[in-house]
Amino acid sequence: MRRISWDRIISVLLILPSILAVAVFVYGFIAWSGWVSLSNWDGLRPDLSWAGFVNYAKLFATPRFQIDLRNTIVFTVLFLGACIVLGLGVAILLDQGIRGENFFRSLFLFPMAISFIVTGVTWRWILAPGDPATGRLTGINVLLNAVGLPLSQWYTDPTVIHIQPTGAVGQFLHRIGLGVLTTPNFGLPVAMISIVIAATWQMSGYVMAMYLAGLRGIPEELREAARVDGASEWEVYRHIVFPLLRPVTLSVVIVLGHISLKIFDLVAAMSKKGPGFATDVPAYFMFETTFQGDHYSQGASIAIFLLVTVSLLVVPYLVYSTRREAEL
Amino acid sequence: MKAAWRNWLVRYGGRGGIYLALLVASAFYLLPVYVLVVTSLKPYAEANLAGMWRLPSAPSLESFLRAFEQLRPHFRNSFYLTIPATLLSSLLGSVNGYVLSKWRFRGSEVLFPIMLFGMFIPYQSILIPLVQVLQRVNAVADALHIPAALRWLVPGYGSITGLAFVHIVYGIPITTLIFRNYYATVPNELVEAAKIDGANIFKVYRWVLFPLSMPAFAVVMIWQFTSIWNEFLFAVILTQNPAIRPVTVALYNLAGSYIVEWNVQMAGALLAAMPTLLVYIFLGRFFMRGLLAGALKG
Repeated sequence: MRRISWDRIISVLLILPSILAVAVFVYGFIAWSGWVSLSNWDGLRPDLSWAGFVNYAKLFATPRFQIDLRNTIVFTVLFLGACIVLGLGVAILLDQGIRGENFFRSLFLFPMAISFIVTGVTWRWILAPGDPATGRLTGINVLLNAVGLPLSQWYTDPTVIHIQPTGAVGQFLHRIGLGVLTTPNFGLPVAMISIVIAATWQMSGYVMAMYLAGLRGIPEELREAARVDGASEWEVYRHIVFPLLRPVTLSVVIVLGHISLKIFDLVAAMSKKGPGFATDVPAYFMFETTFQGDHYSQGASIAIFLLVTVSLLVVPYLVYSTRREAEL
Repeated sequence: MKAAWRNWLVRYGGRGGIYLALLVASAFYLLPVYVLVVTSLKPYAEANLAGMWRLPSAPSLESFLRAFEQLRPHFRNSFYLTIPATLLSSLLGSVNGYVLSKWRFRGSEVLFPIMLFGMFIPYQSILIPLVQVLQRVNAVADALHIPAALRWLVPGYGSITGLAFVHIVYGIPITTLIFRNYYATVPNELVEAAKIDGANIFKVYRWVLFPLSMPAFAVVMIWQFTSIWNEFLFAVILTQNPAIRPVTVALYNLAGSYIVEWNVQMAGALLAAMPTLLVYIFLGRFFMRGLLAGALKG
């Protein structure tokens, strides 16, 4: 029998407080929130009596939450798309051995050091639409007006672009029983674009940094060999560089995706729920429901929903990373 | 002649296009900086008119003074919160990383990703119990009649100590991750050699790992300083008392006040961003490493 040394015991004692803290404050609290979401707690006094899945049923039947689901999907798709296009584009440009690379890289990355609140407050002012009716324009609309471009109501725009039920496509969808796709719940809230712009401003530099690190990891000989074989510069990227960047894209999707699903600060600072909930998101709905409305069990159900969506994205990634590390 | 011109275009025109594209991108990233600086140097009347893109007719620091006057106590709160929380969570992360890389035990490989999950969760999913528990901490402190002079040490609801405690706890995954990956690059032979020389677990840390840890401490401390300074959700939920609100919450409230003074708001935003921006400007190298570590390169 191997004797267990003092050092071994001490090593476990050293990490035990952190293990216990995570066990209680992460897993214990999640379980507790899960219980609250299944209870009747509505109001300031805790009431943990069993209610079953009533809160979830109510949640999915709430129009505001249905709008939130649409907004989260729209925001996630636009935000990830914009960050990947801008981040990858700028990274490729910076990878061309240009002068002042350090300067540009630092410039594109600095918004990451700033809080979402500062970003939100600043972009709220930049995108403040003013009042086109009286001609008292503010923000970016002043510039658009000066060069004759159409103005936008930005985050105050209640418009939702969606398939018109009376149009040819809409009538066709109705005929095949998919009329639901012609409702605003399957549309694009214009106001959300403002949030996407601010979030992209803040996070795209991070995507750039990750892609740049990925590009630097690709040996120059590989590209050179392809060029010798007569590949054009586009073909080198298409067949060599982009496939090798796939793991980076996976990381980007996981990191930005989980940020986007739980986005709260930026929306709170910029537009809150917006006109007709046009910029509302589940995290903000949870905040209002729980801490301003005191509907604790309802709020907990939104929180658990958020956790489940984030977990669907993150858990497979964690399992995959751990397995890969174990193999090395 | 024509061929020479084409060669010139291929060689330098492409370059020019790259610089042009980078300059356009720079304009996008600098736009808010321009607006922040220009607006905060203007008086109220000028800031609120359509001339928001024009330079101030008479630059003045008045908006900064007004913003600072309102934010000053909150700056103090933010420093009281951020500095101790950063130091303690870095130390904790260092110890955890040391054990998980050099004193692995059965199950520690499984334990690590289970811990890491904690850095991805939406904190909404733990907020309700968190508020309840921190309120209970206050109730227990009341029952124990903790003397007023020591009361600031109690990490209860509505106190900076409580908020710092929360940041330390939820900082465990990221700080542990960065230190563990860093210590994994330190050769085990160094540790084994020290053990053969009779060093115990503390001495190995003190004389072998800790002296090598400065780059990791720099990365973790900058990461934690930036995240805690910029954090909003915990701060807004756990500080109902206006006197103890950190600067992000104060700025949020300043922006939400009834009279929207854009010049004061912009000056306040610039001031609130200043500490983390300075860290970024002077220690950007370490900041970048922290960011990439956050992406979990397995």
